[in-house]
Amino acid sequence: MSRYLYYPGCSMDGSGRAYGESLTAVCEKLGLTMSEIDDWNCCGATEYVGVSLSPAYALIARNLAIAAKSKTDGEPLVAACSACYLNLAKADNYMKERPQLGERVNVALDAGGLHYDPGSVEIRHLLEVIMNDVGLDQVRANVVKPLTGLRVAPYLGCMLPRPDPDHRWKNHERPDDLDRLLAALGADVVDYPLKTECCGGHMTQIAPKVGLELIRRLVDEAEHELADMMVTVCPMCQINIDAYQGEMNAEFHTKHRMPIVFFTQLMGVAFGLDQKKMGIGRELTDARPALKKIGKQAQPAAEPAGPVHRPRPDKRALPMPRMETGNVPAGEAQPSEVRR
Amino acid sequence: MVVAQVSPPLLAADSGVRFLEEVSAKTAGVSRLEMCIQCGTCGGSCPSADDMDHTPRMLFAMIRAGMKEEALRSNTPWMCVSCYHCVVRCPQGVHIADVMYTLKGMAEEAKSYRDGTPPGFARVFVGQVETFGRSWELGLTARHYLRHFILRLPRMTPMAIGLFLRGRIGILPNRIRQRKQLHAILRRAKELEQVS
Repeated sequence: MSRYLYYPGCSMDGSGRAYGESLTAVCEKLGLTMSEIDDWNCCGATEYVGVSLSPAYALIARNLAIAAKSKTDGEPLVAACSACYLNLAKADNYMKERPQLGERVNVALDAGGLHYDPGSVEIRHLLEVIMNDVGLDQVRANVVKPLTGLRVAPYLGCMLPRPDPDHRWKNHERPDDLDRLLAALGADVVDYPLKTECCGGHMTQIAPKVGLELIRRLVDEAEHELADMMVTVCPMCQINIDAYQGEMNAEFHTKHRMPIVFFTQLMGVAFGLDQKKMGIGRELTDARPALKKIGKQAQPAAEPAGPVHRPRPDKRALPMPRMETGNVPAGEAQPSEVRR
Repeated sequence: MVVAQVSPPLLAADSGVRFLEEVSAKTAGVSRLEMCIQCGTCGGSCPSADDMDHTPRMLFAMIRAGMKEEALRSNTPWMCVSCYHCVVRCPQGVHIADVMYTLKGMAEEAKSYRDGTPPGFARVFVGQVETFGRSWELGLTARHYLRHFILRLPRMTPMAIGLFLRGRIGILPNRIRQRKQLHAILRRAKELEQVS
């Protein structure tokens, strides 16, 4: 049994509930003890740092101080939400890099009777813990229902592989860790070229056109690669692609239906745990029809269509030569029609 | 008598240095902004560069030229999606995303933003976190949409109902126990921020 401190983050019992439910069950199965740190607070996401520096970092550091106090034997602090993980890791690093910031944060923490020495807590993400501490052999040993026949697009998003303040990732743009994990579960893993592209984060809230276009690219590409579903490590990516897919379809007049689930949910399914207990069914774009393909003889997959050429929606774009797509006047064709 | 001969162009350059220093001082970590070699890798890596008034490269040139007003009016920091593509590709190791956060904070303080939606969202989010110690998705989105996106509500309603039926929306906010402690910490941090 390995013991870890656990920082869930706000979405784990809200919009990312399926993540929280499945990771608890999967960690138990893998013999990882996750002790939730006491009375943790929100990490401030990407909002607080854009308002005021010292309060934002004091907010994050309160969690680090609590974690440092609850350590008994050098256990790392694990987060499963990419934004939480990055904020915790960044605070730890920047308090070291800019001693002035570290000092200020500690003066502020002192008002609450807390203190944090940067570097005293090791901060890690759940995926990296499973890959390095548990290992794929152990994962394979737990698989009782291989995900044969399920075609998945591994989607990491941004904030886990980048900016990588603790240098844990060999590749920041095309890492293959999630690919290897899903392959160990028996899934048919798509070489998904947009695996670390951005879902737009809070853009769906503040500049919907920008956010929905980023979601469209991700979903469109996953569908183009004939994936049955996307698999993610981040609650923000999940809700953007899952819940905003309807609005994205309305915006672009498309009919995409691409489910997206958390990697821990698929681990649970492969470990033979109850699907419902893994939070399957909590997604708005239902993943259950795709999961029924598991174990069935994979149909000979049609080759993915050729390269996609879309007219740029931007009217300011330069007139560029286009591929022949029938006599569709440029700018009028729907992106999905051009491809097929 | 050298001191008396300081010419106006030197003063202008000096104001540029002052703004650059101000931005760096308010950035978490060491910004390395003065190291920018204007290569444009940042803008070329940016998924939302199309929607920006200035590419990051141009914005950094403006900062170094002391164009404070223009830089703080630019929508560029607000369009940054924090994907850190530019950060890992920057040959000079500039903390680009963190500089964007700094500029948002400065624009918010100077009230120089042109679209009130992004700072409005940040304010509501931060207000709730300061009060409860946790974020509250329902309260946040409801308030934000009523204020800024009332026309999007018809499209949003089925989604909100769907999320509610699947147990993904908490009606009431979660609160931490030691809110007083958190409030004291944040109050002290804000005082420190005022001093600089």
